[in-house]
Amino acid sequence: MTIYNMYIFDRNGTCLYYEEWNRTKKSDMSHEQEFKLMYGMLYSIKSFVARISPFDSKDGFCSYTTSKYKLHFYETPTGLKLIMNTDINTNNARDTLQDIYSKVYVEYVVKNPLCKLDEPIQSELFKTKLDAYIKGLPAYN
Amino acid sequence: MVIFSVYVLNRAGGLIYHYDHHTPKSEVEKTFSYPLDITLRGDDKLEVIFGEGGGIKVGHCLIAINGEPVVGRKLPDGRDASEILSNPDNFPINLKFGRLKLKTNERIMLASMFHPLFAIAVKLSPELRSSGIEVLEADCFKLHCFQSQTGLKFILLTDPKQMNTEGLLRKIYELYGDFALKNPFYSLDMPIRCELFDTNLQRILDQTERSGLYSSNPSLS
Repeated sequence: MTIYNMYIFDRNGTCLYYEEWNRTKKSDMSHEQEFKLMYGMLYSIKSFVARISPFDSKDGFCSYTTSKYKLHFYETPTGLKLIMNTDINTNNARDTLQDIYSKVYVEYVVKNPLCKLDEPIQSELFKTKLDAYIKGLPAYN
Repeated sequence: MVIFSVYVLNRAGGLIYHYDHHTPKSEVEKTFSYPLDITLRGDDKLEVIFGEGGGIKVGHCLIAINGEPVVGRKLPDGRDASEILSNPDNFPINLKFGRLKLKTNERIMLASMFHPLFAIAVKLSPELRSSGIEVLEADCFKLHCFQSQTGLKFILLTDPKQMNTEGLLRKIYELYGDFALKNPFYSLDMPIRCELFDTNLQRILDQTERSGLYSSNPSLS
């Protein structure tokens, strides 16, 4: 069980936060390029899922799995997107992402008047709290 | 345990086969008085963009007015649907809403949309030697994708609880090999129009839905 990395995007596609823990494959792109590619993929997946879905969807896209990793996606009604890559044996991490949003992001970014909401997060407190939260998860090894 | 549809994509991401096994119906009929409490908009079809209620959801399209089908934005006699809805004299009015079935062109577009997503998932992998998307989960359905060695993609849309999809996908690949590829009139990477393939596919999907398993192909043994 592993957590590889985590992305937080705002509703305009700006990458607010990126952190990696056990990533074995280093990307051949720059971080900026990778964030754009990731956001573009999620945007396409969302519209793909909404259109191919046989029902009216509520939450829409939740996660996808490849042979090596699983990507979990959670979007708040305000458009904030939390993405976490884990190994494939991890079950649905929606609750975890929701927790990260409500217990870490809202507490240490939204409630911090010095944090601008549409810019990458600089707060050290947020970084340490998120790191501690992730490392405390049973899925983290 | 429901299988919704099957798609087959060629190496370039073109749709060469699609089959709807089970299409859930979602149509709501309701009588409205003036003014309408839902907001409709759209260029080629009238879509609900605000005002859910009574089974009508955002994303539903206007299908019929007083029992007369709406095609695009027009009624069969050529009147414009939005003009009828803006005239208070036509009320009370009976409207039918529902999800529109995907058109073939839209399916081709969705298929070629999935193709790059599959490739980007490989590129964004945090682990070495990852494959593309194998399972994509949404809240009300699951998409399973199997890519053959030759680059063909077999895509299955099922209920989230459907079991044994991996075996079923391989079985569909086998059917493709048996009935599409061995057909002398079939040219590679072109749409599959083969009755045997259709009937066998249908049979296997029925079997899987009923039992969760399938027996071997009687026509081959």
